[in-house]
Amino acid sequence: MSKPRPKHLNLMQIRLPLPGVVSIMHRVSGAVLFLVIPLILYVLQASLESPNGFAAVRGALATPLAKLIVLGLLWGFLHHFFAGIRYLALDLDVGGELAQARATSWAVLGASIALTLVCGALLW
Amino acid sequence: MVKREVVGAHYGLRDWLMQRVTAVVMVAYTLLLLLVLARMPQLDYGHWKALWSVPMMRYCTALFLLSLFLHAWIGVRDIFMDYIKDAGLRLTLYVFTIIALVWYAIWSVQILWA
Repeated sequence: MSKPRPKHLNLMQIRLPLPGVVSIMHRVSGAVLFLVIPLILYVLQASLESPNGFAAVRGALATPLAKLIVLGLLWGFLHHFFAGIRYLALDLDVGGELAQARATSWAVLGASIALTLVCGALLW
Repeated sequence: MVKREVVGAHYGLRDWLMQRVTAVVMVAYTLLLLLVLARMPQLDYGHWKALWSVPMMRYCTALFLLSLFLHAWIGVRDIFMDYIKDAGLRLTLYVFTIIALVWYAIWSVQILWA
């Protein structure tokens, strides 16, 4: 008797476990960070070019929309950062047990969101 | 029937290691940058420009950016590998990604040593 395979690969039916959520967010945040590399290089270049450029960058970053974008990107960076450290630990065989894997997943989500909120409070 | 074994040659080991080494470099740089920024007396153009003129800052940032581009290449390539089934389209995306990253690398040197 052979089971029909694949059983189902419908993303709407698969219930992703917590470490899986952290994993896909690691991937999505990585892709977003890749896409904004030119934007960040452009901003760094403009800020260093002249006092006028520096002032322009400062002015642009002071708008509410820019702050929101910065915070969104910061969250992406922090999630990628902490999830990455979690993977480095897993490579060293630290935190591989199910309970620990779940706890560190919560820690990654919590730390990145909390730090983003703190920075948001400082920005406003 | 041809029986092909695709394990045993450690094809992915170099990339696996590269992804982790570059990650560690970037974590170290992030902490260093936070420390340097926290120690800035004030954030104006003069201090900002002076900070980025320090040779150590330039070399550390260059090392960070090189790590970032290698890390991004492996990560983005893996994403394309997983989701883009059409070989021609995948190859095209690889080419554009490589060109973009090489361009960023040259641009970075321009910015840092302007």
